[in-house]
Amino acid sequence: MLRRGAGGRASHDVGGLEFGPIDRHEHDLALWEKRTDAMLILLRDNKRRVLSVDAHRRMIESYGEQEYDRTTYYEKWIRAVRNLLVEQEVLTREEIEARMAEVRARHQKAGRKAAKETIPW
Amino acid sequence: MVKAETSRCRFAPGHKVRVASRPAVGHCRTPWYLRGKAGVVAEIHGTFRNPEQLAYHKPGLPGQVLYKVRFAQAEIWARYEGHAGDHLEADIYEHWLEPLK
Repeated sequence: MLRRGAGGRASHDVGGLEFGPIDRHEHDLALWEKRTDAMLILLRDNKRRVLSVDAHRRMIESYGEQEYDRTTYYEKWIRAVRNLLVEQEVLTREEIEARMAEVRARHQKAGRKAAKETIPW
Repeated sequence: MVKAETSRCRFAPGHKVRVASRPAVGHCRTPWYLRGKAGVVAEIHGTFRNPEQLAYHKPGLPGQVLYKVRFAQAEIWARYEGHAGDHLEADIYEHWLEPLK
């Protein structure tokens, strides 16, 4: 559902729009989702202070609405963590992409299924 | 939320207020569906660092007073079909509120 063009309504700010019923079923979290959660907690603690909840929200809210609507909760989280690590100059985009390629190759070599696509920046 | 030094409050419980009807660039915690809507201050939560600045790795000072504001559901939704007395409460920062006479 289109949000932009209506005076600056952001992608995430959908309260009151028609999106159909909400799926209220509980579901188990995948390991990578739990790790994403842990990473965010560690990166915002008093020792590291790499990011804040507000910066994390800002990054999530900066997603275009098409990407916003087709990605899951933790996909939005991990993208925001990744992008903030680059913004805060902890890692470079090149370093992250090189490591992604390395991990993907390792999985393929071992005959494991790797995700077909990466989450758009 | 990050608590900041308490500053003076522009509004008190019972005051009629209107949420500013303006767009925002970057992070902002005022939902779109409440912009321009009239409500009543129900409670003062305290003073907190401004999340709109914290979102850009800034200190977020001076702090902003955060209010719990009560809105009639019929004020928010044009075709609201529930009870006339139904209301909704939302946390709104002071710089998003205007006095309503």
